[in-house]
Amino acid sequence: MTHSIVLAGPAAETTRLLVYWVLAIASVAAALGMVLSRRAVHCALLLAIVMLSLAVFYLMNGAPFLAFVQIIVYTGAVLMLFLFVLMIVGITAADSIIETIRGQRMWAALTGIAMLVLLSLVVGHAAIGPGAKNSAQFADGNVTALAHLIFTRYVYPFEITSALLITAAVGAMVLAHRERLRPKPTQRELAAARIASGHPTPLPGPGTYAQHNSVDMPALLPDGSQSELSVSEVLSVGSGRAERPALGGLQPGGEPSGRPPAVTPGPGHGSGPEAGEH
Amino acid sequence: MVSPAHFIALSVILFVIGAVGVLVRRNAIVVFMCVELMLNAANLAFVAFARMHNALDGQVIAFFVMVVAAAEVVVGLAILTAIFRARRSASVDDANLMKY
Repeated sequence: MTHSIVLAGPAAETTRLLVYWVLAIASVAAALGMVLSRRAVHCALLLAIVMLSLAVFYLMNGAPFLAFVQIIVYTGAVLMLFLFVLMIVGITAADSIIETIRGQRMWAALTGIAMLVLLSLVVGHAAIGPGAKNSAQFADGNVTALAHLIFTRYVYPFEITSALLITAAVGAMVLAHRERLRPKPTQRELAAARIASGHPTPLPGPGTYAQHNSVDMPALLPDGSQSELSVSEVLSVGSGRAERPALGGLQPGGEPSGRPPAVTPGPGHGSGPEAGEH
Repeated sequence: MVSPAHFIALSVILFVIGAVGVLVRRNAIVVFMCVELMLNAANLAFVAFARMHNALDGQVIAFFVMVVAAAEVVVGLAILTAIFRARRSASVDDANLMKY
């Protein structure tokens, strides 16, 4: 599986160096972009680049098992979970650039620089030796050796891990659960409410004209007036009905408030599947 | 020659970037992503040290870190969803009811 990764020789060394620098630059750039990008979805995709680069770094360090776990768990599961929640929360939600704490960005940058200097000093003073002579447990025997370690020396942490995972699953279910406050209306109750509302038929469809090819145009009643019921409430609130251009050649008809909407024939009377919503 | 020092240096840089992101960003989901970046950087250091010392314990620890991170993401995102459902916002500035 990892023969090509752990090959010895000067050519393989050059390849390793090239792969390292390309992926190191890519991952650092992606991480910086993640911090700087204002759109959360861009952050998630840049994080995917970092995680895939890290998987290759694990392979280069003789950890093929961790590399594939990284791809499966992080890039496959965790990032998809992030994207899923992003879609729930709202994909267009951009970060506000207003500082709630004055000077926070500057202090955060200073803290980051200080931390970088500190860690660099520590790492620079540490004696980091060369890569060990790759024994078999860093190549083909990696999975076997890891399993041996996990199920002997680390068996108690492993067992505790299972409790942690169960707790996390139950906690997520409890947190995401929403109690239903009122009983779910049955079909009979829905039908009774519909009859009682005075409009048993579906609402009329919108009037779509060749001039204004949009569903926020109201349908026309037989006397030429506009049917307010034919436009969805969401559209009429969002688009501002006062600014709609007057329909040419039509009499300034009054509000068709008392008229049943079901008797609106003409070109604007559509019967789309959305007509029944309200 | 790609030595473990290369990977340690890279993990330091990634960790610092993640820490700055946690401090700077306001969107709670992005803050979570930056925490994940910090955990990944620590994992890279673990794996590099495991190779340096020719012992697999570092890889086992990195594996446990991954498990804990997965559990943390599940619970954290569930909390985020609950907060968003309650107050229609994912910003960490808006969840300040327990501040004082």
